[in-house]
Amino acid sequence: MSEVASASERRAPVLEVRDLFVTFQGRLGLGAGLAGKRAATARAVDGVNLELRPGEVLALAGESGCGKTTLARTIMGLERPQRGEILFEGQPIGGNAKHLREYRRRVQIVFQDPTAALNPRQTIYESVAEGLRIHGTTDQDGSSEERLVARALARSGMRPPERFFLSYPHELSGGQRQRVVIAGCLVLEPEVIIADEPVSSLDASVRGEILKLLLGLRDDFGIAMLVVTHDLGLAWTIADRVAVMYLGRVVEIGPTEEVLTRPLHPYTQALLEVVPEAGGLSRPFLSGEPPDPTRIPDGCRFHPRCPDVASGAAAAAGVEGGCKAEDLGLLELRPGHLAACHLAGVRAGGGRPDGLRQT
Amino acid sequence: MSVLSVRDLEVVYATQAGPIPAVRGVSLEIETGEVVGLAGESGCGKSTIVNAILRLLPPGTTVTGEVLLSGEDILTMKPGRLRAVRWTEASVVFQGAMHALNPVQRIGDQLAEAIVIHGRAGEREALVRVGSLLEQVGLPPRRLRDYPHELSGGQKQRVMIAMALACSPTLVIADEPTTALDVMVQAQVLRLLKDLQRELGLAMLFITHDLSVLVEVCDRLAIMYAGKIVEEGPSVEVFGKPAHPYTEALAAAFPAIGDPRFRRAPSGLGGDPPQPDAIPAGCAFHPRCPLAFDECPETVPDLYDAGERRRAACLLIPRGAKVST
Repeated sequence: MSEVASASERRAPVLEVRDLFVTFQGRLGLGAGLAGKRAATARAVDGVNLELRPGEVLALAGESGCGKTTLARTIMGLERPQRGEILFEGQPIGGNAKHLREYRRRVQIVFQDPTAALNPRQTIYESVAEGLRIHGTTDQDGSSEERLVARALARSGMRPPERFFLSYPHELSGGQRQRVVIAGCLVLEPEVIIADEPVSSLDASVRGEILKLLLGLRDDFGIAMLVVTHDLGLAWTIADRVAVMYLGRVVEIGPTEEVLTRPLHPYTQALLEVVPEAGGLSRPFLSGEPPDPTRIPDGCRFHPRCPDVASGAAAAAGVEGGCKAEDLGLLELRPGHLAACHLAGVRAGGGRPDGLRQT
Repeated sequence: MSVLSVRDLEVVYATQAGPIPAVRGVSLEIETGEVVGLAGESGCGKSTIVNAILRLLPPGTTVTGEVLLSGEDILTMKPGRLRAVRWTEASVVFQGAMHALNPVQRIGDQLAEAIVIHGRAGEREALVRVGSLLEQVGLPPRRLRDYPHELSGGQKQRVMIAMALACSPTLVIADEPTTALDVMVQAQVLRLLKDLQRELGLAMLFITHDLSVLVEVCDRLAIMYAGKIVEEGPSVEVFGKPAHPYTEALAAAFPAIGDPRFRRAPSGLGGDPPQPDAIPAGCAFHPRCPLAFDECPETVPDLYDAGERRRAACLLIPRGAKVST
């Protein structure tokens, strides 16, 4: 593990998600409503606990519909949780208007599609300066707005910044637009950046440069990052820790090297198996469609698709009953490496999972 | 004889801003039963090649060169013959299955339409054939009564594959067939395409920006940059040991998990792919190339031999035997 990651581990989390639940109420047509049917409720985030430490890059991975984007949006205050808390520097957000305002300056978001994130009728200068104006921020040494905008653009790789002040988004390439979005975050000097698929709309040859920029922000300014991605290769490239989500719940979390090369949860193993590579199509992988968050199975939510249940490995270890009946929390099976799996618990502990610390 | 033979293809779009060269001299051969991948970023001309092969380019576009489908030149074909050849000889699985199906028609009828139009069967027999097509792509035949909205994204893409197979073509072109799909479903659809290709002995042209997907399904790869092929060869070797610096940068965007070389080391290219109306002189890649030297802005590289069955368009490759483009 890198020094950065181990140093940050000792410090209190900058951002903490506690027992978070977010649901979306479905709608019914009039006919179905009169017939007494009930609209399905999607449990998009279904009990998530997560800590982001200062200066840490945490990747949040999973299939579409697993709730990773909803979780990121809820952390930003863009969705209202049904239950649970989000703490910034130990204080719950939303309680106090001043704290919330401060939170919104110090936690910034980078969306997937920079073309949609930038106002097409605003110049680059206006786009970057907007946050400063909203937050009424000026530098301690009385720096002018123009200097702050120029500095943020230069830090995100738009050099010389003055050249781009009067440009419009359509005059820039996709990679440059994403840099402008990042500059809009940087100008407010955030502690945390939440990046939702930050490079998936960009051309392959440009992605690396944007990832390099994000990693540099962590190294130079100690900004912590929560990177939402479906791409485990991206997690391998930049993340210190990886959290894997399935149907609204984190099912495995730990240091990147551990989770991606010695995965404990069969779902993580399945995700790793579908990463394309030469000759890879001969490997077994999960069949079926991404699961439906309006119908979360009882017991372990992964058990209907679990290859270890299907193959009888769970039954042989005597945990199949638990897989089908008991909704297990995360177990710390190796130092800092947690997974929510009955079978992995037995294999690691050599006995019943109950003996292990459950978080 | 090759199933598809593209020779010196050049495509120039006519726009209000003047002519824009999208494809600048591409040659490509696909043999029976072979899967060839065409990779490149947006704007490199790969989708223009698909449209040129099926003559779907807008009027006013200048197309020169030859596109031989089983020996017959598509570009000079009479309209009647062209209509007969499309779908029976070469068919396409388009990107974005979500939008390619008619939302107000049952999928069975949409599939049968192609069969009936090409006179392969009457309406009734066509529906029987549709049932077996659906089975072939892993859907229960009863789904032919479904409307597209009743299917998931992966199922719709399966229907699009069934449609491409409806008239038993010799060549199937897959244009970004899995781009909009989720990771698990992508793997399922790729496996289906590969299985069908083997089973039916199809020739396939597979187009995507995702190099790692191509390595998984293709025998040979061609990498495009700014309207030209810059490297070609057996897919595992091209991806694993690129001979062109652009291929190398593209491959680095798809890191191998567990490989310490990529750990905390994102790499990419500075700059952006060139716009087709402003292609740099000399080697089009030179402004972004980490290895560029003084000759690169002046000399346009040919495709040079770069090992067995491999060619690459880079001036660094020792100029031994020169292969015609």
